[in-house]
Amino acid sequence: MAVESDFSQDEKKLTITVKGRFDFGRHQEFRNAYERQPIRPNSVVVDLKDATYLDSSALGMLLLLRDHEGGEDACISVINTSPDVRKILAISNFEKLFDIS
Amino acid sequence: MSAERVLRVLVAEDGAADRLLLAQIVRRQGHEVFTAQDGEQAVALFAEWRPQLVLLDALMPVMDGFEAARRIKTLAGETLVPIIFLTSLNEHDALVRCLEAGGDDFMAKPYSAVILGAKIRAMDRLRRLHATVLEQRDQIARHHHHLLNEQRVAKAVFDKVAHSGCLRASNIRYLQSPYALFNGDLLLAAYAPSGDMHVLLGDFTGHGLPAAVGTMPLAEVFYGMTAKGHGVAETLREMNAKLKHILPVDMFCCALMLNLSYQRGTVEVWNGGMPDGYRLSASGEVLSTLESRHLPLGILSPERFDDSTEVFALALGERLLLLSDGVVDTCDDQERLFGVQRLRQVLAANRDPARLLQELMQALERFGGRPRDDISLCDVCMVEPQWQAPMPMPDAEGARSSPLHWSSHFELRGESLKRFNPVPYLVQLLQEIHGLRPSGGLLHTVLSELYANALEHGVLGLDSRLKRDAQGFADYYRERGQRLARQDDGFVRIDLDVEPMAGGGRLKIEVRDSGAGFDVARVLSGQRQGQAFSGRGLSLVRSLSQGAEWLEGGRCARVVFCW
Repeated sequence: MAVESDFSQDEKKLTITVKGRFDFGRHQEFRNAYERQPIRPNSVVVDLKDATYLDSSALGMLLLLRDHEGGEDACISVINTSPDVRKILAISNFEKLFDIS
Repeated sequence: MSAERVLRVLVAEDGAADRLLLAQIVRRQGHEVFTAQDGEQAVALFAEWRPQLVLLDALMPVMDGFEAARRIKTLAGETLVPIIFLTSLNEHDALVRCLEAGGDDFMAKPYSAVILGAKIRAMDRLRRLHATVLEQRDQIARHHHHLLNEQRVAKAVFDKVAHSGCLRASNIRYLQSPYALFNGDLLLAAYAPSGDMHVLLGDFTGHGLPAAVGTMPLAEVFYGMTAKGHGVAETLREMNAKLKHILPVDMFCCALMLNLSYQRGTVEVWNGGMPDGYRLSASGEVLSTLESRHLPLGILSPERFDDSTEVFALALGERLLLLSDGVVDTCDDQERLFGVQRLRQVLAANRDPARLLQELMQALERFGGRPRDDISLCDVCMVEPQWQAPMPMPDAEGARSSPLHWSSHFELRGESLKRFNPVPYLVQLLQEIHGLRPSGGLLHTVLSELYANALEHGVLGLDSRLKRDAQGFADYYRERGQRLARQDDGFVRIDLDVEPMAGGGRLKIEVRDSGAGFDVARVLSGQRQGQAFSGRGLSLVRSLSQGAEWLEGGRCARVVFCW
């Protein structure tokens, strides 16, 4: 699986891990990772430790996630971003919407 | 799988007994059988009946099976007609010859009904698979042809829209991949009534039709608002609101928008999500970059959208280079990116500015082999203002009603000063006067200058001497943004007074502000010494109107137009 999801023990934090290329091919898997959850998390972490590449449709998917988690009220962090991935997020100024590290 | 379907099977065998036996076996399996006793007859029967499967004896009189197989395959063309060779030969060479002559399988004598039946079913599966592949190939080709045709038509329509602007202006050079539109790229340019030029390079997420549909409404807002004299910030706010409303959540548009003011020698920039643009000296050195400071269009709600722009001085001959991400993201065969370093090397190596875009394309081709289809490049140069022919405003209707005796008072206070630009509305109002229509651009420039002076030097108390060099220029506009955000009790009042006169009329414009005024005599004398960036507004206004004076200690500007 290129996209995995995992709840923290207290069931408040959902972690979604994306491996390999994060592009349109991951669309359905990525949506399933947060839409098909029995409980609603307080916060979502997108772990890109093993993501090698990210394109603009991946940015779109992050926006969909944000919308699903409440838009302006969403609490989403994107972690373990490689320098290349961070550059792409920075050009689009996504740090204004997501907590990126 | 159904083995029950009836096939037309040709049996060619020179031995009568074998022929009869084979025909019987095949017929018993439910197929329709044609029989031939030599190769020539087999080819003739094939041409007439088009059987779907052929059992062919290798050694026959008149024409042997190898030759018959070749001819049958030629006649069958793209359709797969499986040929099973019947042979008593068992040397390897002979069997290989059977397959090389176009046979698909072979069967050794004596014949087994069970094996023959199984082979016919296997060949039928192959035959049908092949037919399906051909059908799908043709379908794909038809769809592809259809798609290309749709794209061609859509592109033709879009090109009409895009090129209704001024991309052909002599100071713009641009290059776009032929089908960049279907990668969501768009490049627009248009003159504002003031003679300023607006340029927008945008890039929608995604590919194909979804990426292209958003370009139409964006172009519409861009041209509509630019023609009416709205500024970059208002136009961007409108575009963002429109895209936010119509696009799905995961779609957005990265954009870089410019306002080039030839009069002021400045460029105003907003970049949301596009790669760095470059400000180049006349000889091509990179002076600074135009960096992305904002989220792309179509993501933030109108309340949260940030329309703040940066203003740079741009001297004559200096240029701006804008590019889409297809440029830096071009990959070589090892998936390495072209990147900013290589881009800068091309910029540094360039000698003839007119060839820069071609050199960039060549460098991309050398690096990546095949050029991508999402490359957009645009190079805009700062030139002398062209004031000989100010742009007339679009003429909405005839001159039947032309109000010639009226006055209007207009006061903007506090919050309104932060966001609202009254100039397009006032110019629109003045366009009701038929005699003023040809001067729409002129009025726009004069009102813009007077309003900017009243707001910046009056209400905000900014010193135009700050703008003496490029650094001061940037400081000035930063300070302007900060003071504007802080102020809440200033005002700018605009009085328009229209009177009929013999054969025409007279328009008097007065602009007052809440500021401290200025030393009129000193500033006006300073103008004549030609300071670089500061105070251009006043001399411009004086040169464009029939009378301009500053009253009330510099707190009121009065300009008169006659026609």
